[in-house]
Amino acid sequence: MSKQSLLDMLQQQGITRRGFLKYCSALTSLMALPPSMMPAVAAALETARRPSVIWLSFQECTGCTESLTRSHSPTIEGLIFNHISLDYHHTLQAASGTAAEQAREQAMHDNKGKYLVIVDGSIPLDNPGFSTIAGISNVDMLRETVANAHAVIAVGTCAAYGGLPHASPNPTGAVSVGELVKDKPLINIPGCPPVPTVISGVLAHYLTFGSIPELDELGRPKVFYGQSIHDRCYRRSFYDKGKFAMSFDDEGARKGWCLYRLGCKGPMTYNACATLKWNQQTSWPVESGHGCLGCSEPDFWDAGSFYRALSIPDGDYAKAAGYAVAAGVAVGAVAGVMNRSTKASAVSQHSPVSVDDFSVNKNNNQEG
Amino acid sequence: MTTQLNIAKGINALKEQIDAPTAAFFSSCVHCGLCAEACLFYTETSDPRYTPINKVEPLKRVWESEFTLWGKLKKVLGLHKPVTDELLAEWEPLIYDGCTLCGRCSMVCPVGNDISTMIRKVREGMVASDHAPEGLVGASTRAVKIGSPMGVRLKALEAQIRHIEADTGLTIPIDVQGADYMALLSSMEIINFPEYIESLAKIFKQAGISWTLSSEAFEATNSGIQIGSSDIARELVQRVVDGAEKLQIKYVISPECGHAYTAIRWDGPNLIGRPYPFKVVHILELLDQLRQSGRLKTSGQYSKRLTFHDPCQIVRKGGVEAQPRHLLGLVASDFVEMADHGKMNWCCGGGGGVSANERADEIRLTAFKRKKAQLDEVNVEVMVTACANCRLVLEEGLEENNMDIPVIGLSELISDHLTEE
Amino acid sequence: MDISNANEFLIWTRGSGFNIAVSIFIIGVLIRILEIVLLGRKQDLAEPRGTEWGPGFKNILSRSLVDKGTFRRSPFVVVVGYIWHIGFFVCLLLFVPHIELLHATLGIKWPGLPNPLVDSAAAVTMFAMLALLIHRLMHPVMKFLSTYEDYLVWLLTFLPLLTGYIAYHRMINPYPAALGLHLLSVELLLVVFPFTKLMHAFTLFLARWYTGAMMGRKGIES
Repeated sequence: MSKQSLLDMLQQQGITRRGFLKYCSALTSLMALPPSMMPAVAAALETARRPSVIWLSFQECTGCTESLTRSHSPTIEGLIFNHISLDYHHTLQAASGTAAEQAREQAMHDNKGKYLVIVDGSIPLDNPGFSTIAGISNVDMLRETVANAHAVIAVGTCAAYGGLPHASPNPTGAVSVGELVKDKPLINIPGCPPVPTVISGVLAHYLTFGSIPELDELGRPKVFYGQSIHDRCYRRSFYDKGKFAMSFDDEGARKGWCLYRLGCKGPMTYNACATLKWNQQTSWPVESGHGCLGCSEPDFWDAGSFYRALSIPDGDYAKAAGYAVAAGVAVGAVAGVMNRSTKASAVSQHSPVSVDDFSVNKNNNQEG
Repeated sequence: MTTQLNIAKGINALKEQIDAPTAAFFSSCVHCGLCAEACLFYTETSDPRYTPINKVEPLKRVWESEFTLWGKLKKVLGLHKPVTDELLAEWEPLIYDGCTLCGRCSMVCPVGNDISTMIRKVREGMVASDHAPEGLVGASTRAVKIGSPMGVRLKALEAQIRHIEADTGLTIPIDVQGADYMALLSSMEIINFPEYIESLAKIFKQAGISWTLSSEAFEATNSGIQIGSSDIARELVQRVVDGAEKLQIKYVISPECGHAYTAIRWDGPNLIGRPYPFKVVHILELLDQLRQSGRLKTSGQYSKRLTFHDPCQIVRKGGVEAQPRHLLGLVASDFVEMADHGKMNWCCGGGGGVSANERADEIRLTAFKRKKAQLDEVNVEVMVTACANCRLVLEEGLEENNMDIPVIGLSELISDHLTEE
Repeated sequence: MDISNANEFLIWTRGSGFNIAVSIFIIGVLIRILEIVLLGRKQDLAEPRGTEWGPGFKNILSRSLVDKGTFRRSPFVVVVGYIWHIGFFVCLLLFVPHIELLHATLGIKWPGLPNPLVDSAAAVTMFAMLALLIHRLMHPVMKFLSTYEDYLVWLLTFLPLLTGYIAYHRMINPYPAALGLHLLSVELLLVVFPFTKLMHAFTLFLARWYTGAMMGRKGIES
């Protein structure tokens, strides 16, 4: 790790101490810590050393890296990212080929047991040749790199849950990092891409406490993924009142009513978009008039149309119903014919009753 | 040559009874229990076994295991409940002693089930499996062999006719070929209430109606309907049809007898398998027609406070509801309705063969408490009805409860107020 | 099928699970109805006093209104029965997400109610159903008539309300698990529907019509 502290670096970049403390305060509340913890957060961050980070990109689109790096102006989030010692990132690094791989091996060797592995992209298991780097299959590289890591962060939905490559029919047999890494601390930061503030927030947490934040059952930091988009959505009151946009250009859409009926997946999506927003807190999808796609949830590609309400089933039910009607009519007609024949045969077996047939009368006749 | 009645025949008879309405009814029951509150055998005993829908359990089992795929599957898996001789024996008192086929349950069922028709169907299975009560077997046997459930022969009728003719100077026509109307009588009217015959003669004479009795087909009651045997009922209906056809009459008049009306008016053509060449009219319908056409001339009003007991088979199940009220309007100045009246009236407790079944005497008198409660609310001096069986059952119940309320037939009340010429 | 997480569970209940349930429901209901109507009625040879069609349809409507005597004798069952049926249909038909579903599957739509109203209806309906369950367990007639099927059907009707309430209030996390449970409970209801007394929802129209028609023939007001 580098000797330079985070505060030193930030000051070199022109960030004032006041700006830094403001960020620490926001970070403290973001991490759901009591305000009294802010000085401790600031103190920890001030002195945080640069950890070594190895960034592995597998079956991915680079969107996650773009999300983090393509800010319009320098931000503390971006600078925190800059603070880490990114020893290997084959999209960003200058080195290539053997030199690049050597850098990775060097970092692993120098920081054995201490370095962080960040992964974006899923890992193909059907045929390792589907995705290789320097002739090394993704799965081998992941196993080798993770072996001596301190912790692993799966950035983006592909790394966290398989994402787009994993979507049905999953031609490459893509799996998430979590499917392969079972013996190291793993943080999932899903999203397509994830909110940059969330990535930097997790890194800040790691820098502050040297540990990973509290996670939910899907391995996501609870502070960022503890609430659904729906619960924090500024349009929620329209949902409750029953005011919905019915098309993207109707009066409801113009008035900013709820987008549920246009397919918003906010109710089932756990992410921080509604509170942190995007692009320096400029806006977020729902604010710009489009429903949430649910991109930070497992299997979101397979969860049906983005433009159909969550309550609409998404299989080919019309076809199923069509077959069912045909089958029901056919079987019902047979059953009906059987019933008629059951009855007809009972009628044909009828033997007329006469009053002499009653046992009371037979007994009386015998006695008489 | 007699047939052996047994459980197999019983089950077969139940199978014959299943039709689309029955299947729809069983499919619709949600066990809400509301029919219990419509049945006087439940309300007066609080015994849930008398819940109407429970009474049709044997038929339900046959329907489920023979007429539904789901039930057939259950049968294959051994999960169905079979209809056994023991089951029918256990249900016999519920079907015969605890049900008058009054049809009140069919009026209240929220899903629209006609429960009383289903109970009538269960009786077919009871008969075919030899589970009919002795009293009804006796009545049916007398009806078939003697011609009347009470053993009334033509000689007895002729004796009553001679009495009436001697007392009143009226003529009671018998076997008049080509008369317009042929009147039927119930045994009870012949034996207990001959004033009905006299009333007919008086009214028809005044109205100038061409009518007759038939020496071969004077009995209106049909024990086959009560015991629940289409075969026996058919034989009895056929006698009436034969008698009417022989005399070539235009109308058959059903008397003041509830189930006789059901038998001859609604069930008859279906039992004999063809429409009649004559029409069937209830005496109250005919009297109301005469009233409308001005041929029924009355004078004076009966001033005692009275109420009308609607016979179930004539009103609720026969559709003759307005006519008795029109007729009462003619002659009664203080007519009050009971709280539940018309098609929602409570049964006397003795219809549907219950009064012919001595075993049911006790529960019948218990059930009468419902009628007593109705009467207590209206505080009347006289009851009018239009069914000889209701009349007898009411009289017995009133006497049992020390209630001094005479019961009179509506036709009789009308005839008492005919304008003297 | 791998239901290792809530989302896959939800995807299954929205996809294959729904298709399976709807198929069983449609096949079963059609069989049950054809089994009934194909049995037919014997032609009635008695001269009718009135017609069948009108009184049959009138009876379909009029049986929805309870007669005075029944109300006086069983006010609890009548009132609570109305409450839960109406409440159930309010929840089923007037909740916007449900309207979206019915619009997508059946192609018809109508206006919904604000969610808090539907939410209250759901709560009232569940209370009514609980009260009726207790009544069923206590009242001599209902207890006597009830079979395992009555309790099973009660449970399977109650669960969609309960899971819907839980999902709406997000009482189980993550939400896809709650919504998935709600859909699964509805699918269970659809699957058992044709094989239980739930069929009355369809067959009562037949039952009421047949009875009304019979009454019409005889000139009895239905």
